[in-house]
Amino acid sequence: MKDIANNNIKEVQGTQRQDRKLLSTIGSYLLLTVLALLFIAPIVFMIVGSLKPDDLVLLEAGTLKAFLPEKASFQNYWDVFERVDFARFFFNSLFITGMIVLAGLLVNSLAAYAFARLRWRGRTILFALVLALMIIPLEAIAVPLFFQVTLFGWRNTYVAQILPFIANAFSIYLFYTFFIGLPKELEEAARVDGAGTIRTFFEIIVPVSLPVFASVTILTFLTQWGSFLWPLMVTIDEQVRPLPVAIASFQTLPPLQWGDIMSFGVMMVAPILIVFLVFQKWFVEGVASTGTKG
Amino acid sequence: MPHSQKVKDDTRAAWIMATPALGGLFLFIALPFLLAIALSFTNLRLGSPLPIQFLGLEQYRRIWLDPSFRQALLNNGLFALVVVPVQTALALGLALLLNRPLKGMALFRTLFFMPVVFPMSLVAVIWTVIYAPGANGMMNAFLDFVTFGLWAPRDFLRDPIFALPSIMLLSLWQGVGFQMVIMLAGLQAIPSTLYEAAAIDGSNAWNQFRFVTLPQLRNTLIFVMLVTSILSFRLFDQVQIMTQGGPNDATTTVMYEVVKAAFEQQKMAKGAAMTVIFFIIVLAITIAQRILVKEEQVID
Repeated sequence: MKDIANNNIKEVQGTQRQDRKLLSTIGSYLLLTVLALLFIAPIVFMIVGSLKPDDLVLLEAGTLKAFLPEKASFQNYWDVFERVDFARFFFNSLFITGMIVLAGLLVNSLAAYAFARLRWRGRTILFALVLALMIIPLEAIAVPLFFQVTLFGWRNTYVAQILPFIANAFSIYLFYTFFIGLPKELEEAARVDGAGTIRTFFEIIVPVSLPVFASVTILTFLTQWGSFLWPLMVTIDEQVRPLPVAIASFQTLPPLQWGDIMSFGVMMVAPILIVFLVFQKWFVEGVASTGTKG
Repeated sequence: MPHSQKVKDDTRAAWIMATPALGGLFLFIALPFLLAIALSFTNLRLGSPLPIQFLGLEQYRRIWLDPSFRQALLNNGLFALVVVPVQTALALGLALLLNRPLKGMALFRTLFFMPVVFPMSLVAVIWTVIYAPGANGMMNAFLDFVTFGLWAPRDFLRDPIFALPSIMLLSLWQGVGFQMVIMLAGLQAIPSTLYEAAAIDGSNAWNQFRFVTLPQLRNTLIFVMLVTSILSFRLFDQVQIMTQGGPNDATTTVMYEVVKAAFEQQKMAKGAAMTVIFFIIVLAITIAQRILVKEEQVID
């Protein structure tokens, strides 16, 4: 008798627990859905706005129509190309960011390899110095760097926007932590074959280090594509101006056409958004890798 | 003999490999950093006919007496005080929700992370429209809806009380996904045996969070808070695009004052002194983090 009663209680507790679990699952989904809708609202607003007649963007912003284009057209996109040299800005951003990423991958991975896997005098102290430089943000040196660039006659050039950002202490650190974890035996075979250190690096190390190259690429690209303060300081005209500075001035270009501004925004973020959606796993791992330090 | 040969080879190759990066770091980080300190003790002004003079701490005295700069420090501090805890808590909450073994979590993760890939300048432009004044503005309409019509429309970015919180909100929107992903990685690194042990001991969900999750996540939380604190003091893009520091310095920041001094007024020395103060703040935050993380290791 007692046993049966006990079992009954257990069953009741069991179903209660299941009910609770189901309820908390539904609750989680509900909460996540509401939050997700709030999170993507600004993005949907931008995309929908870019497809609407200019005056309707603000007019309908307070209604649900803000998220539904009634008569979608690409007119705003053509208008952007008519009103400003968008292709130029886009090229500038792509060129500057691309150069920083490519040169940075090369220069920083080479240095990290020397620190992580070669024995040489000065290694420890120099690496400590590199680590110390990691805490200096661009903002802390923007003024003297601007002064330097002015002295060199580099204002309003690509060089001023590329060269200072190639060598990067944080990239070296990320490469270093990856290289140091590779097995020692990797290079030994190559050494026996008589391959030089630099050849060994490119032929043996680089092919097995693609994850860290991907992480550094993504982190550098994200930072540089959005870079605003520095190009605002060093660019004078549209010739070498990148997208972030261009959209800031486009936003104040009369007559104010909010549909055009939204189209500009969509075109500015679309490439990076598409790359993100395709290579999501790499993005997330790249970002997560920044948090494993310290 | 072959051994010393090998060491010698390494040294040569190492220098060849490290020199480009070391050169760049020296020329574009170390040198300007030293220059910032040196310039802050002078009267350097671009285009000024006056010879460079050593002024000692004069620039520091001047910026300390500059009410805009004081307000800027205060604003950055306020920003950090609100955004760091709120953003960290929100990111932790999202990470905990997403860490459950339910279907569709990857999709939600994607959605919350999406704003991170948006350049801040673009975010500022979109949100300027969202904050449009009048009942038609999206934020005004939204607040009107959630308060059942009690909300009186405001001009957020020109309102001395609402301007800074408005900038906080969009910064939070853009940044929370970054932290969430770092915390998810931290959560997934917690050994499941710890939870199993806690469950055997009969501890409930709250106690598991309190005594397993939080202590295990401690270093991740400290790191995330450090990064967000430093970001709070770097605040610039949003201010430059949305408010130009206004109204009445309500949204000015240290970096906004730096650019105003060094770039608009060509006062290099004054700008340099401000960035030195900025760096001291960053350094203090970093040292605080190191101490907190070390403590943890000692306890272990």
